Amino acid sequence: MTTTHDPAPGLRTDAPAPERRRPQRGSRRRVTAAGLDLRVSPYLYIAPFFILFLLFGLAPMFYTGWVALHDWHTIGGQGDFVGLDNFTAVLGQDVFWKSVFNTLSIFVFTAVPQLIAAMFIAAVLDANLRAGTFWRMAVLLPYVAAPVAVAIIFSNLFGDQFGLINNLLATVGLPEVQWTGSSTASHVAISTMVSFRWTGYNALILLAGMQAIPRDLYEAASIDGATRVRRFFSVTIPMLRPTLIFVIITTTIGNLQIFDEPRMFGGAGGNGPVGGADGQWKTITLYLWEVGWRHANLGRSAAIAWLLLLLIVLIGLINFLIARKIASENGAKR
Amino acid sequence: MTTTLQPGARRATSRPGKRRETFGEARRPGWATYATLMIVAAIGAFPFYWTIVVGSWTNDVIYSDEPTLTVGPNLINSIRRVLTADINLVAAALNSLFVSATTALAVVLFSTLAGFSFAKLRFRGSNALLVAVVATMAVPAQIGVVPLFLLMNHLNLRGSLLAVILPSLVTAFGVFWMTQFLRGALPDELIDAARIDGASLIKTFWHIALPAARPAAAMLFLFTFVGSWTNFFWPYIILDSKSATLPVALQGLQSQYYTDYPLILTGALLSTIPLFILFVFAGRQLVAGIMAGAIKG
Repeated sequence: MTTTHDPAPGLRTDAPAPERRRPQRGSRRRVTAAGLDLRVSPYLYIAPFFILFLLFGLAPMFYTGWVALHDWHTIGGQGDFVGLDNFTAVLGQDVFWKSVFNTLSIFVFTAVPQLIAAMFIAAVLDANLRAGTFWRMAVLLPYVAAPVAVAIIFSNLFGDQFGLINNLLATVGLPEVQWTGSSTASHVAISTMVSFRWTGYNALILLAGMQAIPRDLYEAASIDGATRVRRFFSVTIPMLRPTLIFVIITTTIGNLQIFDEPRMFGGAGGNGPVGGADGQWKTITLYLWEVGWRHANLGRSAAIAWLLLLLIVLIGLINFLIARKIASENGAKR
Repeated sequence: MTTTLQPGARRATSRPGKRRETFGEARRPGWATYATLMIVAAIGAFPFYWTIVVGSWTNDVIYSDEPTLTVGPNLINSIRRVLTADINLVAAALNSLFVSATTALAVVLFSTLAGFSFAKLRFRGSNALLVAVVATMAVPAQIGVVPLFLLMNHLNLRGSLLAVILPSLVTAFGVFWMTQFLRGALPDELIDAARIDGASLIKTFWHIALPAARPAAAMLFLFTFVGSWTNFFWPYIILDSKSATLPVALQGLQSQYYTDYPLILTGALLSTIPLFILFVFAGRQLVAGIMAGAIKG
């Protein structure tokens, strides 16, 4: 065992002295059981994560690149090496570009109204409410429903003929909308389902950010004569920037991979056309699935997966640049 | 931009009435605030109410020109039809329970183990390895779907629940979450004391770190459980009708009976009930977890 002054050389203690780092050198070469425990155990404890991630996360990701370079079908398995043929084939297909457009369109329809609604809800919750936890729970409730269930429910609400929303539109004398027929309308319907599930969740994240804003800033603004609305735009939103950026980035990445809702929309869960009769709401991931599992062309599906990753990285970069610009403008103002 | 994840700080803000009372914000808000929240909550609850409405009528009522917003007499019958349909929702629920519970337990155990190591033990390369963990969060899951499918096929695990469980036994988020929490929640003196008493590291972990990690572990368990329960894409690819989890079974129910809305909406409703029950009991924790996990400026 080690001495009582240094009971645990492997333990992290405040401001470790340099000699604590290698206390055994020179004086005590003997490997004790406790010393071995301290030296090896930390690695053993983190090993499950790295082993499992390597096996089921990292390796598949790189292997996707390998598969993408081959003719590769579900039945036949690995075929000829075809180089970038899968990529050029995908990029040359209108349906791929349509899926990119659909994905981006659904993203915009989801992100913008959802962010506004989440901000609004967070602002309302950011008051000294009675039963505050109850209201937060109430707002979060849709989050625990599975997207598949939500999509089925909303597909019914957005039914073309007997859907409640069209019935309501008819009642107030508006024309019915062909939710599954038109591209834009289907994107709106799908965005509604996604927003339904995530708005409350994002509102709570924004609320957490709001509660970290020092209250004296509001006090100062109030003394300067700022109204509640003015305080929201001049104090809350600028101070909330990091949280906002976080919400925008997670929403973006999640939305670019959207699958569940478009898969289930319009009662198309079965063997019908994927993403609408004309692919009106076929997203990239939906297309990836269709090519890989409907058409059993795994090589091409892998190519789509890589293109999706590229798109995510690209949009992530744009996000980052915008965020940096906002941050530096903020810095210049101060 | 400083980003900090602070699960340990949650208690400071989540208690109503105990907030810093510095300014007019501490005043109780007026009725308009509650009315607004009531509307928001009603919008959130309406689709679920609507499933009950549709489930409680027969198809001819649903497909008539006179829409109804009230609950009808047929709900029990619809539930009976769902439970006796070819698609076995009860078996799917049990599958979901098994997958979600196993996944959540494993994530909590492995994350706490790794978090303890990263937060409290000193070893060569620990900082770099922690950065590596965080970096893996940026990898979208879907990029590996094709080879993962090939792998599971190769291992003969297609159609087996194991194929769903194996890739989700660990999460980078979990490791990071527990590391951050244990840094603040577990005093070094406590570990030192255990070491002086001659406890091995694993004993120290089991008797000191694990109990200390309980609040964060509870939240991680809930998040993982909800995530696993609602997961669709990968189970849909790798499972079949015999081994379906709830979302997959629901998909099958819809594709088989998609004009029979009372049936499939009742199915959708039944599939959400287990998580609703969990939410009623543990929603407070879930809310606290989201509030704590958020990034603060």
